[in-house]
Amino acid sequence: MSDKKLILSVRDVKVHFKVKGGNDWPWTPKKTLKAVDGVSFDLYEGETLGVVGESGCGKSTLARSILNLIPATAGEIVWMGRDLRQGSEKEWLAVRRDIQMIFQDPLASLNPRMTIAQIIGEPLRVHRPELSSDEVMKRVRAMMVKVGLREQMINRYPHEFSGGQCQRIGIARALILEPKLIICDEPVSALDVSIQAQIINLLKELQREMGLALIFIAHDLAVVKHISDRILVMYLGREMELAEKHALYDLPSHPYTRALLSAIPIPDPKLERSKQIQILQGDLPSPINPPSGCVFRTRCPLAEAQCAGERPALRRLSADTQSSCLLA
Amino acid sequence: MSLLQVNNLGVQFQTPDGLVSAVNGVSFELQAGQTLGIVGESGSGKSQSVLAMMGLLAKNGKATGEALYNGQNLLTMSPKQLNGIRGDRVSMIFQDPMTSLNPYLTVERQMTEVLELHKGMTRREAKKRAISLLEAVRIPEAARRVDMYPHEFSGGMRQRVMIAMALLCEPEILIADEPTTALDVTVQAQILSLLKDLQRDFGTAIVMITHDLGVVAGLCEKVMVMYGGRVMEYGSANDIFYQPSHPYTIGLLGALPRLDHDGSELVSIPGNPPNMANMPKGCPFSERCTHVSELCIGTLPPLAASAANPAVLRACHKAPQELKPSVEVVAHV
Repeated sequence: MSDKKLILSVRDVKVHFKVKGGNDWPWTPKKTLKAVDGVSFDLYEGETLGVVGESGCGKSTLARSILNLIPATAGEIVWMGRDLRQGSEKEWLAVRRDIQMIFQDPLASLNPRMTIAQIIGEPLRVHRPELSSDEVMKRVRAMMVKVGLREQMINRYPHEFSGGQCQRIGIARALILEPKLIICDEPVSALDVSIQAQIINLLKELQREMGLALIFIAHDLAVVKHISDRILVMYLGREMELAEKHALYDLPSHPYTRALLSAIPIPDPKLERSKQIQILQGDLPSPINPPSGCVFRTRCPLAEAQCAGERPALRRLSADTQSSCLLA
Repeated sequence: MSLLQVNNLGVQFQTPDGLVSAVNGVSFELQAGQTLGIVGESGSGKSQSVLAMMGLLAKNGKATGEALYNGQNLLTMSPKQLNGIRGDRVSMIFQDPMTSLNPYLTVERQMTEVLELHKGMTRREAKKRAISLLEAVRIPEAARRVDMYPHEFSGGMRQRVMIAMALLCEPEILIADEPTTALDVTVQAQILSLLKDLQRDFGTAIVMITHDLGVVAGLCEKVMVMYGGRVMEYGSANDIFYQPSHPYTIGLLGALPRLDHDGSELVSIPGNPPNMANMPKGCPFSERCTHVSELCIGTLPPLAASAANPAVLRACHKAPQELKPSVEVVAHV
C-alpha cells in the first residue's frame, strides 16, 4: 500500500450537532450529539475503502463531512496535500470536480424535472463552462454507454426508469467529470439482489478502467467484503477497527466486528444452522450521552473495568490491522 | 390434513392501465409447526399472496383460488368470520414496525384490545398476559414499558412488540412479511433467534416472506421461490440451496456477495424485473434467462415435479441437467 500515492487523509474528524431534547424546557441548554467523534483514516489512489456500521454509527455523516455537505466541527481533511476545512468556496468547487458522490436512494437523488441528458450533463456545465453544448452531449452519450444505459433514453425523465437504471444515471453523473474519488453512500441497499450484483460489477469495472478510488459505505458486510480493499468498522461515531479485508474477515480483532460478522445470515442452510451467533444484548446507547471509555463496552461480552476509563484510540496490531479494543 | 392449504391462488388488481395479475397459480401446503420461506424480489407477488389470504388486499384487488385453513376457505369468508380467525388463529407481522403500530395508543391498549376481542378477557387479565408476552420476547422492564407509546421504543424493540402482539392468542400460523428487513444485522440476529425460540416453545407454523436468502437458510424447512407473480421453484431448503434446478434460483444464488467464500465477479442476472402490467406470454423469467428458447417465450412452463428429484417442484421447460454446465461457464466468464 505504501508505494501508492496518498490522496486523502482524514485526521480526528468530529461532527457534533447541537440538539434539543424532546422533554427539555425552552431555557435548557442544548445538548451535543456526537455523530462522528474523532475518526482518522488514509486513502490511497485507486483503492476502495469500505465503511460499515449499523444505522446511527455516523458513516453517512462522515462521508458528507468529507465533501463539506455537513461541515466537520473539528479535525483535518487533507486532500492532495491541502486542508479542505480551511478552504474557500472557490477551492471547494475545484475539489468537488475530483470528489463526487453517489447517493442511496436512486430516484430521490435525481431531479424529477430534468431529463437524463440534463442530469448527467449538469456537472460539466458547472465545472467546465468552456465546453460547447455539442461537446457536453457527446460526453453524456459516451458516459451513458459506459454505464450500460441505452442512448435512445437520453431525453427521458427519471420516473421512467427502474431503481437499478436510476442508480446507473447517478453513477454516470458522478463519473462525467472524471473524478479521482467517488464516495458511494449505500449505493446498492435500495436495490434487489439481481440488480445489486449488476451495479457492484459495474462499479468494479469502472474503477479498474478509470483508476478511481472509492469510499464505499454500506451496512451489508458481504457487499463491502466483495468490493473493498480495506474496511473501517464504526460504532456510535467511533472507529472500532480498520483493517485489510482478509484480515478483518478471517481474524477480526474487535469484539464488535466479531458480533457484526456472526450476525450476517449465510445463504447456506448447513453453515447457517451450525454457526455460533454472538447476539448483542440491549440497544444502541444514545449518541448524546455515549458511555465513557470505549463506547462499545456496555454491550461488549469481554468488557472489563479498564474499558470504562480512557477512551481508546486506534492502535496498530499488525501490518494489516488497527483496532481500538484495549484487550485485542 | 394440513393446517393451511393454498390452491391455485391468484390476485388481480383493477388499475387505470387495465387488469394487472400480481399473483398467478400459487399453491402450497403448511403443516403444523413447519416453516415455509417465500423468497423473491420486489414485485414478485410474495407479499400480495399472503395479504390475499388475510383479506388485506387493497380495494381494487381481487383474490381467486382457495386458501383452506383447517378446511375453511379464507378467501370466501365473510369479514366477520375472518375477524374470528385473523389475529387469533392466524396472525401477521409486518415489515415496518414504525407504521404498523398505532401511534395514538399505548402498547398496553393495543395488546389488550386483541385479547378482549378474541378471548373475552378483562382488561386486568389482558394486561397481565400482555406483560408476560413482552417478557417472552425479552423486552426489559416489561411491566413499566407496557404503558409507553410506540415512539418511545427503538426499531428492534418495536418489532418485538409486534411479535408479542402477534403471539398473544397463541396462533397456529404466524405470517411474517419481511420482519427484519428494516432492521440492522445485529438486531436482525436477535429477532431471528427469538422467532426460533418462540417456534420451539409455542409450536407455531411460520410463513416467512423475505428477499434475504440468508434468513431463509437459517430458519426455513421449505422454500418457495417466486418471480413475476409465479412460483419458479418449490422444495426443501437443502434442495433449493444445494441443488437449485431453476435458472432464476441459480441466478439469485450467484448474485449474492458471500462472506463464506471469495468470488471475484458476481454472476449478475441481466436485465430488469418484469413490468406486471405487461408480462411476457411465456415464462415470466424468459426475458432475463440465459437458457431461453422459442418454447420459453411462447408457452408458460407448468409447475411440475422435477425429473431429477420428485420432491422439488419447478416451472421450467429445460431439464435440470441442461442448466448445470452452462451455469459453470457463466460463473467463470
